[in-house]
Amino acid sequence: MPINYYLFLAIALFSIGVVGVLTRRNAIIIFMCIELMLNAVNLLLVAFSKMHYHQAAAAAIPVANPGIDGQLFVFFIMVVAAAEVSVGLAIIVMLYRNIHSVDINFLNRLKH
Amino acid sequence: MSISAILFWVLSIAALFSALMVVTSRNPIYSVIWLIVTFFTISGHYILLNAQFLAVVNIIVYAGAIMVLFLFVIMLMNLNKESEPARHRWLQLAGTASGGALMLVLVAALKDTELKSQQSLLLEGHIGLIKTLGQELFSTYVVPFELSSVLFLSAMIGAVLIGKKD
Repeated sequence: MPINYYLFLAIALFSIGVVGVLTRRNAIIIFMCIELMLNAVNLLLVAFSKMHYHQAAAAAIPVANPGIDGQLFVFFIMVVAAAEVSVGLAIIVMLYRNIHSVDINFLNRLKH
Repeated sequence: MSISAILFWVLSIAALFSALMVVTSRNPIYSVIWLIVTFFTISGHYILLNAQFLAVVNIIVYAGAIMVLFLFVIMLMNLNKESEPARHRWLQLAGTASGGALMLVLVAALKDTELKSQQSLLLEGHIGLIKTLGQELFSTYVVPFELSSVLFLSAMIGAVLIGKKD
């Protein structure tokens, strides 16, 4: 499968995530859109990893595991995302406890 | 058209549709369900690329753990369609236009790269298997791996501290 298709699919998914962050006001949905963007990047990393593997196999480059770094990066991104979600959701729960809403427009009182 | 190409297109269209539904659903619960569907389609892509370990981890970590956390929080807060705040119409239009512009710029910048002739290998290759990834993870990447355990510990302590009633 041409790498272009994966590139455009990941760009489309990422842009949908950006649109979600910009147009929604519910903090939880914004958070989910960030997860969507992370997943778009993950998909592209795996596709590029397999592209490098294919290139190295075609050129007969004697590297042990060409392109495996991309897949390990995806693994670490998932690790960081899981940690991020646990802290972020704790913040949102605390926010809801204080102002009884998850509307991010109420967060502007952080300014004063 | 081979069977893997058909699978690619089906999974891509499903992923895009469910991602759009995440953004457009008024009810937060529906958004979560559609996001789970998106994660499953992305896992399907991983299987198609023969990244079996990542496919399974994606389902376990994302669709299993993270989305259950989201669902719990939404049910805890009793959010529904009526309590859902909506942005002003013009702001929504502006956000959609900016996102579309970002997509346009990225596609325009990347459509003529020399990558165009490159192929991504489907259904073959051993780098996505647990054995290879595990050996690499515990030899080259053992320090980041241990650091991520510290990260998890600090995230756990942070979540407990933030969530504590004071």
